[in-house]
Amino acid sequence: MRFFRNYSRSPAAVVGLLLLLVVIGMAATADWFFPQDPLNLAGRPLQWPGANPRFWFGTDNSGRDIAAQIFHGARISLLIGLVATSIAVTVGIVIGAIAGFYGGWVDDVLMRVTEAFQTLPNFLLLLVFVSIFGSELLTVVVAIGAVSWPAPARLTRAEFLSLRSREFVEACRTLGMRDRQIIFREILPNALPPVIVYASVVMAVAILLESALAFLRLSDPNVASWGNLIGLGRDVLRTQWYVSAIPGVAILLTVLAVSLVGQGLNDALNPRLKGR
Amino acid sequence: MSAILTIEALGVALPPGADRPHALHDVTLELRAGEILCVVGESGSGKSMTASAILRLLPPGVAIDGGRIMFEGQDLARASDAEMRAIRGAGIAMIFQEPMTALNPLRSIGDQIGEMFAIHTDLDRATIETRVLALLEDVRIPDPRLAYRAYPHELSGGQRQRAMIAMALALSPRVLIADEPTTALDVTTQAQILALIRDLQQRLGTAVLFITHDFGVVAEIADRVAVMQHGLVVEQGNALDVLSAPQHDYTKALIAAVPPLTAPRPRAISDTAILRIENVSKTYRTGGFFGRNRRVTRAVRDVSLTLPKGGTLGIVGESGSGKSTLARCIMRLVKPEAGAVRLGEIDFATLTPAQLRASAQRMQMVFQDPYGSLNPRRRSGELVAQGPMVHGMPREQAMARARELFALVGLDPAATDRYPHEFSGGQRQRIGIARALALEPEVLVADEPVSALDVSVQAQVLKLLAELRERLGLSIILITHDLRVAVQVCDLVAVMKDGEVVEHGPIGRVFEAPEHEYTRALLASVPGRGFAAGRG
Repeated sequence: MRFFRNYSRSPAAVVGLLLLLVVIGMAATADWFFPQDPLNLAGRPLQWPGANPRFWFGTDNSGRDIAAQIFHGARISLLIGLVATSIAVTVGIVIGAIAGFYGGWVDDVLMRVTEAFQTLPNFLLLLVFVSIFGSELLTVVVAIGAVSWPAPARLTRAEFLSLRSREFVEACRTLGMRDRQIIFREILPNALPPVIVYASVVMAVAILLESALAFLRLSDPNVASWGNLIGLGRDVLRTQWYVSAIPGVAILLTVLAVSLVGQGLNDALNPRLKGR
Repeated sequence: MSAILTIEALGVALPPGADRPHALHDVTLELRAGEILCVVGESGSGKSMTASAILRLLPPGVAIDGGRIMFEGQDLARASDAEMRAIRGAGIAMIFQEPMTALNPLRSIGDQIGEMFAIHTDLDRATIETRVLALLEDVRIPDPRLAYRAYPHELSGGQRQRAMIAMALALSPRVLIADEPTTALDVTTQAQILALIRDLQQRLGTAVLFITHDFGVVAEIADRVAVMQHGLVVEQGNALDVLSAPQHDYTKALIAAVPPLTAPRPRAISDTAILRIENVSKTYRTGGFFGRNRRVTRAVRDVSLTLPKGGTLGIVGESGSGKSTLARCIMRLVKPEAGAVRLGEIDFATLTPAQLRASAQRMQMVFQDPYGSLNPRRRSGELVAQGPMVHGMPREQAMARARELFALVGLDPAATDRYPHEFSGGQRQRIGIARALALEPEVLVADEPVSALDVSVQAQVLKLLAELRERLGLSIILITHDLRVAVQVCDLVAVMKDGEVVEHGPIGRVFEAPEHEYTRALLASVPGRGFAAGRG
């Protein structure tokens, strides 16, 4: 309960949460408002928003309903964000925890691998993965997760480095606990808050990465994602700019919402940092 | 003598939601020219808050809400920020408990002391340098020129504190506030710093407000004493009067908690050894890629000791003497490179990790830091029940055992579902003891179990350890830097220096007729030694 009070103290965090709830609401009600496949042709192409009361946000260059694509696209964006973040954070935590806990050569090896991933630009690496494994939605999501784990890994490692020398860890050892138990049941809960906060950044970046891929028409063309819509609008950018702008705003607001929630979580989980 | 700093009915309010509305309530103190006034109290008594209030360095949310602080005709409680800046350092200077954190690690000592002159005077650089060197000489730093160029981490703790004192004295302040300046130091260093403060105060005539929790230190250095409890001054007067005839109950309790340094009559201890430490050595190697900058620290050298069944062996020494490393070698938290730790027929030093986990319950440890040694995310009952559960006891039964143990160590069994941060330091240490006892060990290794606690709480925890030893037939190894702690519970004592045991034997014999020179130096450094002996 105190957590919620701490959280709601920051207006920005509340705005972020509301925005995020709107996006989740859109994803949840997509089938109810737009029961048809959003990729079906719905009317004359390139109708401006408001020109036809049937299409709130107008139609794109092949005559598909933009509003339907935005609502259904919310699902895809959230799905990409959540799944890719879970992959990145899980891999990152396991690698970071093991590296930080054992130190020595284990740490050296794991950190060199992490650095190898980090020195390559994320997006370039993602392009490589997608061009090798194809651009099905699942592949894209896994590839985004696979390029995003180094930062959570380093964060977890740093937390473990400071926690592993604490006396409570030694106490667990003297009780005869196994390393696995000490790492995941004793130290990890203490190391989690900054990682959870960072997960919001990973999620925002994951959504952006997918849109960037889609903008280059390298994402899965068979799903109604916001990025695909932007990519489609590229051809008519100078005249019918709304085709790209509307999903662009949707992405902007979603990423903003996720970041604000992350910031709010940070303040609520580390109340001491407040007022700085 | 005339008062130089007068505090009248000072009140300091805490933010709402703190454990009490006022950090200080109606505090009236008087510091006279050329005297040392000791403010004594336990943690939370408001003694450090008094120092912060005088310099108006209160933490955010805490404010003076009444009274006056008169210094040279000026009321510091109402002075402007600019006026306060002129007074801090020049009129009233302060030295802190931990010189490592009070000094800037990136700047040389000479540079930092010189800054005092650079800010408050318009001397040129050459004059500043000669003044700083003179100051360093004044505080008796060996080789002032070297110290001038040194960075804080290159000096020892005692030297750093000397540098802090030099910095505080740079502008010849009329008042010096010392907030626990020797608490972080070893006893022998502490004795030197106390002598230095005494000496400087007499030579320069500075008035010193000395904040401490230790009545031994008070006996050593104070002219007058003010005793604080819960933000109130409960007693003040001449040091001799207060120490020999305390009026207030709290003062009496505090003084009684300082035990005499003479060992009680020896208990009968068994002849059979339960734990034999044989020629244990541990060396730390750091750095050294291709042999460059390699540093080798021989933390423990060839230590052999025997713990009799049911007895208590104290291992005393200063920081860096290797006593904590020895404790960790015994527990196999670090693996000694040579030697054996024999408990019965098992040699702990050579067990495999799996064997070690299985034998863990025979030997358990109590840790130093009551905050760091309990996982903050687990309930206290769970912490105690964890050990038995690791070794296969069902959860229900382990929790029931935890409640029994809570009662055994003097905690409310109903408190098992609270988190560690909801307990006080002394209570947390009891949880740590309960956790160690949960596995019914034969040997308990206690690493500085009371050094983070207030004196009155120390006495309670030590009493608990002594009781448990009787009731459960425990054998205890007690690591401590504090000879007063050792003397209260130990049957045998081993004195360590630079990784070696220089002297060991029954504690009465070692303390009354020390054979080794270092033991004698250690005993002579205990503050207030004469006071405690005279009282006994």
